[in-house]
Amino acid sequence: MSVLADRIKEIIKPENLVYAKSPVLNDDIMHYCPGCSHGVVHRLIAEVIDEMGIQDQTIGVSPVGCSVFAYKYIDIDWQEAAHGRAPAVATGIKRVLPDKYVFSYQGDGDLAAIGTAETFHAVNRGENIVMIFINNAIYGMTGGQMAPTTLVGQITSTTPYGRNVDLNGYPLKITELLAQLPGAAYVTRQSVQNPAAVRKAKKAIRKAFEVQALKKGTAFVEVVSTCSSGWKLNPVDSNKWMEENMFPQYPLGDLKDSSRADADLYRIKG
Amino acid sequence: MGELRLMKGNEVIAIAAIRCGGDAYFGYPITPQSEVMETLMAERPWEDTGMVVLQAESEIASINMVYGAAGCGKRVMTSSSSPGISLMAEGISYMAGSELPCVIVNVQRGGPGLGTIQPSQADYNQATKGGGHGDYSLLVLAPASVQEMHDFVVLGFELAFKYRNPVMILADGVIGQLMEKVKLIDQRPRWTNEQIAEISGSWITVGKSKNRKKHVITSLEMDSSIMEGNNLRLQEKYNRMKAEEVRFEAIECDDAEYILVAFGSAARICQKTVQIARKKGVKVGLIRPITLFPFPEKIISEYATKVKGFLSVEFNAGQMVNDIRLAVNGKTRVEYFGRMGGIIPPPDEVEVALHQKLIKG
Amino acid sequence: MAKVRGAVIVDTEVCKGCNLCVVACPTQTLALNRNVNNKGYHYSYMENPENCTGCTNCSAVCPDSCITVYRAKIE
Ligand SMILES: Cc1ncc(C[n+]2csc(CCOP(=O)(O)OP(=O)(O)O)c2C)c(N)n1
Ligand code: SF4
Ligand code: SF4
Ligand code: SF4
Ligand SMILES: [Mg+2]
Repeated sequence: MSVLADRIKEIIKPENLVYAKSPVLNDDIMHYCPGCSHGVVHRLIAEVIDEMGIQDQTIGVSPVGCSVFAYKYIDIDWQEAAHGRAPAVATGIKRVLPDKYVFSYQGDGDLAAIGTAETFHAVNRGENIVMIFINNAIYGMTGGQMAPTTLVGQITSTTPYGRNVDLNGYPLKITELLAQLPGAAYVTRQSVQNPAAVRKAKKAIRKAFEVQALKKGTAFVEVVSTCSSGWKLNPVDSNKWMEENMFPQYPLGDLKDSSRADADLYRIKG
Repeated sequence: MGELRLMKGNEVIAIAAIRCGGDAYFGYPITPQSEVMETLMAERPWEDTGMVVLQAESEIASINMVYGAAGCGKRVMTSSSSPGISLMAEGISYMAGSELPCVIVNVQRGGPGLGTIQPSQADYNQATKGGGHGDYSLLVLAPASVQEMHDFVVLGFELAFKYRNPVMILADGVIGQLMEKVKLIDQRPRWTNEQIAEISGSWITVGKSKNRKKHVITSLEMDSSIMEGNNLRLQEKYNRMKAEEVRFEAIECDDAEYILVAFGSAARICQKTVQIARKKGVKVGLIRPITLFPFPEKIISEYATKVKGFLSVEFNAGQMVNDIRLAVNGKTRVEYFGRMGGIIPPPDEVEVALHQKLIKG
Repeated sequence: MAKVRGAVIVDTEVCKGCNLCVVACPTQTLALNRNVNNKGYHYSYMENPENCTGCTNCSAVCPDSCITVYRAKIE
């Protein structure tokens, strides 16, 4: 036993460090439920900010939803927006500080229900911001009600017999719609359920921030996420449920990778 | 120095916003104030002063853009008319709760609902008693001339930053559309980053340097005892406004037996009513509240022991009259006269009302 | 021949016992402890430390950023 302990001691030395928590994350214990995807995405954003060296130039906008307290964890300046209004708040910041990095962080209720108008118009204007979209197909914060992204048949507290299209309409694929807008530069859908997915998602978030630096238009990153509390599954089973049920409806990958459209395509003739 | 121009009230709002060194305007068209943004767009201040002007997709978006930009320590404003202000109510409450400075102009029209595009003062309660949720107050300025439309933009920004609080300019369609002579301030430079850091460096979100703690603009607090403390701090601020910022005009009140109380365009009409009545030998005065919050309650309560009655003249169903009654506290009679739906009564109609409601009654 | 060996340190008081790192570990190094931390969570720990390769899969999926990973070549 002590041989093993000695061997571990040999390995645990500063020069052998390969992963440690980013200094852009602070030491507050996150309020999220065990296994919540919000925590992973927070970490990726912090790592990207750290690696790009832009902590002093970045302003985040947190939503109303479980991630309302995002501002507690990532050590940058933040504004907390009203429910759904983060894209407008981010627009206000970016317009007066065009050379800073500005990102919004929103859940599906925030971004795709109450804030749909703000979301669409920010992207349509091609605001040079990053928008991070956590799609967990449910309202986590308020106790698991139906979200616009809730799947047909999915049980939530306001669809106790499953989402029914006659009553509730269809799961909203807002990311597909946003990719159509000429102001969108980079639109991608990612997930964070396993190490490979996490690494890809991090690359996508990094790319989104780089697109912002180039002022190419809006960079939009959806992360298909779990809400084990809302779904009433444990975190590991939540990942399985997500892979089985969410991915067919919300397929992963890039939806757009260019830059905002050329205005001449839309210009009047006379 | 002090260029003289003949301008519309709405246009002058735009010019004053540029000239006082405003950083940004976000708005959405609505009659009777669309000229504010139209003038700004025609002036293109972004080419000269660097001021941002953006047409938002709604008043909800406008006020939240104002929130974002104000959180960066910038001088930001928006303007709208009654239905649009209702849509902004949530954002205004958030700004008050987060203690963000800004100037909001409401060129009131008649309601409720879509109502009418004709002038009105029916948003008095909304402006002075909140309008959004929670215990908060705006500093409310009521212009009665095109010159005041101009001056209150400049003053509004000063007060907004002095108190870190939204300031509302509660105008109405009459003042917005009125054309008058106005003396404009000379162009002032926008604040530099250094000036912004000096004025608001302790709270703005502009990117945190290594040696300072992060700044968070928020109205959220889950700990009740801290939240109560935040509320008490806000109330203390509103009390300071009450002590320091009351503004009013008292016209021919010294020997008055009856006093009219009116703000904005109603005060212009009442000024004529005072002249008509005095020609007939009736000693009438006028108190014109310039700040609606804080309300000039002290001067009204002082006159309450000297006059036979107050008549509140408002273009609404009688809103300010309640604040007058509170100030008078039963010491003398307080009556209301007003018209609604966009009707502006002429001065002699007010004089008749004064007779019927106070002198004869 | 040099062998790549790894080790992790779990911040046991921050760990919420979500089990995601245990599932993500390709070498079955990790398990949830029978004991709980002060918050009542069965925290993750190296049950089979000799298996760890320092691949950082566990830290990649941890929502609470409580895993630090080390890797060394052992002769
Ligand atoms: C104007 C307004 N309406 C409703 C609410 C209540 N509310 C808070 S969060 C939320 C939904 C959040 O869901 P989502 O955006 O999906 O975030 P999640 O918690 O799932 O991450 C609702 C309805 C509110 N705070 N404000
Ligand atoms: S309720 Fe859902 S989204 Fe909210 S913290 Fe818990 S798992 Fe995450
Ligand atoms: S570093 Fe790799 S091998 Fe070691 S515990 Fe983590 S996942 Fe397992
Ligand atoms: S992933 Fe993190 S929080 Fe979850 S059990 Fe492992 S160490 Fe603990
Ligand atoms: Mg959600």
